[in-house]
Amino acid sequence: MGLNDLLNHTSEWLKGTGPHSDIVISSRVRLARNIDKLPFPHWGNKKQSEQVLKAIEEAIQRIDYLKPTTVFKLSDIDSLDKQFLIERHLMSIEHAQKADNKAIVIDEDEVLTIMINEEDHIRMQVMQSGFNLFEAWNIINKIDDSLAKELRIAFLPDWGYLTACPTNTGTGMRGSVMLHLPALVITRQIDRVLAAISKLSFTTRGLYGEGTQASGNFFQISNQVSLGHSEEGIIDNLTGLIRQIIEQENQARQAMFSKNQAVLEDRINRSLGILRSAHIISSQETIELLSMVRLGADLGIIKDIDRRRINELFIITLPAHLQKTENKKLTSIERDVKRAELIRNKLNLS
Amino acid sequence: MLCDVCGKNQATVHLTEIIDEQMNELHLCEDCARQKSAQMEQQFGLSDLLAGLAEFEKPAKEAESISLKCSNCGLTHADFKKIGRLGCGECYTSFKKYLGPLLKRIHGSNQHMGKSPLKVTKVLKKKIDLQDLRNSLQKAIEQEAFEEAAKIRDQIRELERKFSQEHSNDTEEKDGTK
Repeated sequence: MGLNDLLNHTSEWLKGTGPHSDIVISSRVRLARNIDKLPFPHWGNKKQSEQVLKAIEEAIQRIDYLKPTTVFKLSDIDSLDKQFLIERHLMSIEHAQKADNKAIVIDEDEVLTIMINEEDHIRMQVMQSGFNLFEAWNIINKIDDSLAKELRIAFLPDWGYLTACPTNTGTGMRGSVMLHLPALVITRQIDRVLAAISKLSFTTRGLYGEGTQASGNFFQISNQVSLGHSEEGIIDNLTGLIRQIIEQENQARQAMFSKNQAVLEDRINRSLGILRSAHIISSQETIELLSMVRLGADLGIIKDIDRRRINELFIITLPAHLQKTENKKLTSIERDVKRAELIRNKLNLS
Repeated sequence: MLCDVCGKNQATVHLTEIIDEQMNELHLCEDCARQKSAQMEQQFGLSDLLAGLAEFEKPAKEAESISLKCSNCGLTHADFKKIGRLGCGECYTSFKKYLGPLLKRIHGSNQHMGKSPLKVTKVLKKKIDLQDLRNSLQKAIEQEAFEEAAKIRDQIRELERKFSQEHSNDTEEKDGTK
């Protein structure tokens, strides 16, 4: 598999299927692991990071069901491809910086990715479409067990898995759920919801993880605490919290629909109208308008565009995806023109 | 939309700051955004935050804590305070005294309750057994099953004795890979 093969492929998490996929875009579980005694990536020298990369690559090769995955060394990938992987949520922004013996392992369906020599030796994640945290956990737990048979993992009985940053120590696990909450944003209830989330020691991040801004009414919610609870316990708590947020978003959607139907239909159809006719459009405006169109599809106000096509548009209109599709570097203005063209084509098909 | 700071260039970065529950939106051009992010980094990085938490400890012997060094990777406690990252898994044992309270402050607990790797080294296996025995001893005492507790206590002593013997002539490979 080459990186360009991903371009014509819809990631598992974008399929718009799975439980509560009207509100929950995707569920993800990531685990941080390190090899015993070897220094963490930021502290090791080139030889040591090479040793880490080799050990992990060989371990993956010995696990039968991981053989179909592809390993990409970051030194072989140009900056556009790195951006492309970040936009697809396969790689963190941190992993794209400085390329000494860094690699990323991707499976065909883009369910599993393993970042090697990121902040920890191993950062693996499993993504599922819709509200499916337990399924994601079951898959990654199995992969983790297989890797632990091949590698000596840094671990202490009292403190669990040992990680470069003490905020990840213990389970080394972060469960996160990407939510689309337009009704809570429009009805101005979102601040109250987010404040409650942070009081319960969960965090909200933007679309691209740590330090990024929430946009287009998308919010990523994850556990903050990784020590003192079992993996299942953490996922259980997160699941309970997400259920409540889904309930609140649903109530807000119903209230808007019954009280302000005309206003809502107007706003949604105007958004679709702009997307169908614009000739220049920024990625920020695209995300905001697509968010409204997605709400329209969820509420049955827009009937001729399915969720999957909208989900895809969120990704293929991003800068690196546009440039890879066009197969050349584009300036910001050129991108805005191409983006509008692509959206017109995709949305006027029906 | 023009940049809120310079008012000259097109704003392409949209930032929301939340300070004391007050939300403030900023629309910046790329240049001003870069400056702003450098400022924010200066004001508040995760490493500062962790270092701040570690500072809270105020060990009785400051000098002792600063010169404390991990024998496996050479990272000093002072390095950790500066960068907010440990150097290797062994650092957790080297700085145990300081990390215990820090972990508790971050996570509200310093006792792992999750899974463990299937294939652990012999030494680790014994440590895990010891921990399990200590947990059951605690339980037995709580349930006032003192006969049972005495048996477990003897098992612990036996295991600790073996452990310290083996540990003194432990010549296990230092390399973490297989």
